[in-house]
Amino acid sequence: MPNLTSLNLMPVLPEIILAGMACLILLIDPFMPRHGRNVSYALSLLTLVALFIVTLMQMSPTVRMSFGGMVVNDHMSDIMKLASYISLAAVLIMSRGYLRDRGMDKGEYYMLALFGLLGMMILISANHLLLIYLGLELMSLSMYALTAFKRDDGRASEAAMKYFVLGALASGLLLYGMSLLYGVTGGQLMLTDIANALSHDSGSMALKAAVVLIVVGSIFKLGVAPFHMWLPDVYEGAPTAVTLYLSTAPKVAALAMVIRLLVDGMGNAFADWQPVLIVAVVLSLAIGNIVAIAQTSFKRMLTYSTISHVGFVMLGILAGTDVGYSAALFYTLAYIVMTTGGFGMILLLAKQGYEAESLDDLRGLNDRSPVMAFVFLLLMFSMAGIPFTLGFWAKLAVLQAVVGIGLWWLAVYAVIMSVIGAFYYLRAVKFAYFDAPTDPSPVNPDWNVRGVLALSGLLVLVLGIFPGVLVGFASRAFGGF
Amino acid sequence: MLPSSWPMLSLIVWLPIIAGIFVMWFGAGRASFARWFALASSVVVFLLSLALLPAFDTHTYAMQFVERVAWIPQFGIHYHLGVDGISLPLLILTTFTTVIVIVSAWEVIQEKAHQYLAAFLIMEGMMNGSFAALDAIVFYFFFEGMLIPMFVIIGIWGGPRRVYATIKFFLYTFLGSVFMLIALIYMYFKGGSFSILHMQQMPLTLTEQVLIFLAFFIAFAVKIPMWPVHTWLPDAHVEAPTGGSVILAAIMLKIGGYGFLRFSLPITPDASALLDSMIIAFSLIAIVYIGLVALVQNDMKKLVAYSSISHMGFVTLGMFVIFMIAANPLNIGGSGVRLALEGAMVQMISHGLISAAMFLSIGVLYDRLHSREISTYGGVVNTMPWFAAMVVVFAMANVGLPGTSGFVGEFMVILASFKANFWIALLAALTLIIGASYTLWMVKRVIFGDVQNEGVAKLKDVNKREAWMLGSLVVLIILVGIWPNPLLDLMHATIEHLAQQALTSKL
Repeated sequence: MPNLTSLNLMPVLPEIILAGMACLILLIDPFMPRHGRNVSYALSLLTLVALFIVTLMQMSPTVRMSFGGMVVNDHMSDIMKLASYISLAAVLIMSRGYLRDRGMDKGEYYMLALFGLLGMMILISANHLLLIYLGLELMSLSMYALTAFKRDDGRASEAAMKYFVLGALASGLLLYGMSLLYGVTGGQLMLTDIANALSHDSGSMALKAAVVLIVVGSIFKLGVAPFHMWLPDVYEGAPTAVTLYLSTAPKVAALAMVIRLLVDGMGNAFADWQPVLIVAVVLSLAIGNIVAIAQTSFKRMLTYSTISHVGFVMLGILAGTDVGYSAALFYTLAYIVMTTGGFGMILLLAKQGYEAESLDDLRGLNDRSPVMAFVFLLLMFSMAGIPFTLGFWAKLAVLQAVVGIGLWWLAVYAVIMSVIGAFYYLRAVKFAYFDAPTDPSPVNPDWNVRGVLALSGLLVLVLGIFPGVLVGFASRAFGGF
Repeated sequence: MLPSSWPMLSLIVWLPIIAGIFVMWFGAGRASFARWFALASSVVVFLLSLALLPAFDTHTYAMQFVERVAWIPQFGIHYHLGVDGISLPLLILTTFTTVIVIVSAWEVIQEKAHQYLAAFLIMEGMMNGSFAALDAIVFYFFFEGMLIPMFVIIGIWGGPRRVYATIKFFLYTFLGSVFMLIALIYMYFKGGSFSILHMQQMPLTLTEQVLIFLAFFIAFAVKIPMWPVHTWLPDAHVEAPTGGSVILAAIMLKIGGYGFLRFSLPITPDASALLDSMIIAFSLIAIVYIGLVALVQNDMKKLVAYSSISHMGFVTLGMFVIFMIAANPLNIGGSGVRLALEGAMVQMISHGLISAAMFLSIGVLYDRLHSREISTYGGVVNTMPWFAAMVVVFAMANVGLPGTSGFVGEFMVILASFKANFWIALLAALTLIIGASYTLWMVKRVIFGDVQNEGVAKLKDVNKREAWMLGSLVVLIILVGIWPNPLLDLMHATIEHLAQQALTSKL
């Protein structure tokens, strides 16, 4: 039985602060004026700033264990948490106007977003099967509820239902895989113990089954094919502010889960899970890039683009090297910057009582707002992986990782798919630049949205020329370089 | 003289890009300011590139004005620039052409003029970057990045089928170059460095060389473009605005040729020697068949586009015929190899000038009558005598008349081909007939004869701006034609070294 000192609460200070603040906001919110959730909004942002500072101060390359080793804080978790805070802050800032215009500016939004973040943080730091499950469920339940946030909207409710049912199924598979793993390893729950136990496992059938189930359960949240079916419907059905939330920070947490489970826990079963991931990557890249061409909805198109991006992230993981993991993390961080901008564009083009989800709504963006059009151009080329943007380096990183382990055919396949994918990004740019606007009115003047968009465009460009900083973060997370 | 401590190449690469972003930001609604600022910055960059000439040592093949700093150490990428006798002429051609293009847009482009100029400035920087790059990823970075401004240029300011043309252009070239990226990464893992110079010295087995060569080949053949992957070029040219066509023909195609010289020949010499007959065959098909295709075009731009493909056939022929020359037992001393490579280089420079001039001339006519159809015109000489005189010079240069730059390159390549194989030289020499047919026939139909219609009767001769723009090209074309020695001196040492690299087996 661990005593109080071995609990070592300092490393989990951010989680404690967050849980406290989320509860506090929950309590304060009902006492605030009916309209405008300024206090909850301000407190949420304040919480994120506080978390950022605390995590930054605690950041160190040493591994910090708490709760008797159940919670682990290392460089990877520090960087992932910092990215999650920034990403969530961007989401909250951008969503503000959108929520207000649609009468969705309720305190629960902030509360759910923060509890979701708590789930992500637990997931990121989990070193124990149960804790992983706990974090995953806390994150997922918040996400289900947020998807259904627009209660009277049939599409959103349907999306939430779909998400919930499929998500529950995936959790069930994960749990079953974990229980098999528990059996195979002779009753180990701690990831480090599992790794030890597996080092002398001869590759039994039960282990293989556990590997497959755990891979399925953990890549579901990322939206890797063939477990991507929920993604288009949920992303399209959810209010755009929520889509923005779903598509950014949780991906970092899901990546963390994949790394913790597959690499930290089952690194010795690499030969078992690598082929599974290769199949998933091949499918993801094909589905993400080819099906996206057929979309007329910009929101759906971005969703399929997400499927292809997570396919690239998995490309880094399946390399099974530190270079590969850091490439995957780098790609994920780049993806978050790009996706924040991508879905942010929909917020920008949306008007009161009108959702700008179709590609047609992009028409003539260059005439309506040249600056935002340029940001859009950068984002699209970045997603396509063209140089001078961040996306190029992200693709280069994962390709390097894959070629580095000799899977050059997979790299060739990936680049062919990215050429196919380039088509729909180009088509989106065509709408924004080459077509005359159908609605010549100026775009949404909300400075919150514009500011974050401009920032994401700037990041894509500046990091596209000087990617060293971000690459450095990503590689330090895995102790490389 | 500028201080030698300046990072000259970085200035030449990044100054236009920064100026472009500046114009894009501050030029909105201030077209006149945007034009003057763009012109000033392009002239400054041109002068900077000229300033390299006096300091350039022509006696060495070594890279000069080298800059090298770590860029992304985790990926082993260095920001590594430098020029030699191959890249310097192309660099100056780029900076010169950009000035011309900005002048050509002066009154013509009214819609979003600042974005147009910005796109060209940014593109100039990227093109300079790919010529100056000595790190393979830096090269790829610029090589691929320049697709963005070109995509926008064709798409916004292009003709009626611009969307089709620009997406085709983008996807074609993108598909071509991604395989090169994989090849570069592969060589990084094999040799531990992305440095092009390092890759040139790296031993590679024949299988590796063939695969890497094919990856390079797809990238550069699409860019040049070689038959049968040329089909994007006529579309892109026809739909592109004048400036876009000029840059496309004068510079972007040359990057493909440059890539063969910088990557394919030195890095994969054995594969090049093995597969040379394939490239020679493609080049000859381009020269003869595409020349015949040009003959039947009704659209002037399309005609010049096909003529470009045909002329670029000489470039690839000159580059790859060297293996046959070297293998020919009758050839002693190996001067034929140098002749072929220098011919290819001169042909690139010359074609850069001539195609720019041809497209600008078509642009001058298009601005007046808004048609590129040959049948719209006829008897232009009666209303535009000065213009007609200059067009005839350009046409003669395109044909390859002695005294113009077009003659030098083609003659050198044909002469060198004779040392390889009589039939190759004969087929290549057919261009003198075919080229003359399509060019002069077009000139006859457009420029000479009686005034055909109202439109032509109302034409006004070139204004001062257009006269300067075309006139400077006339001067350069004739200058290179009668006195190519300075240009050849510039590249002698480098070509010598390249020939040695290409003919030395790595096995």
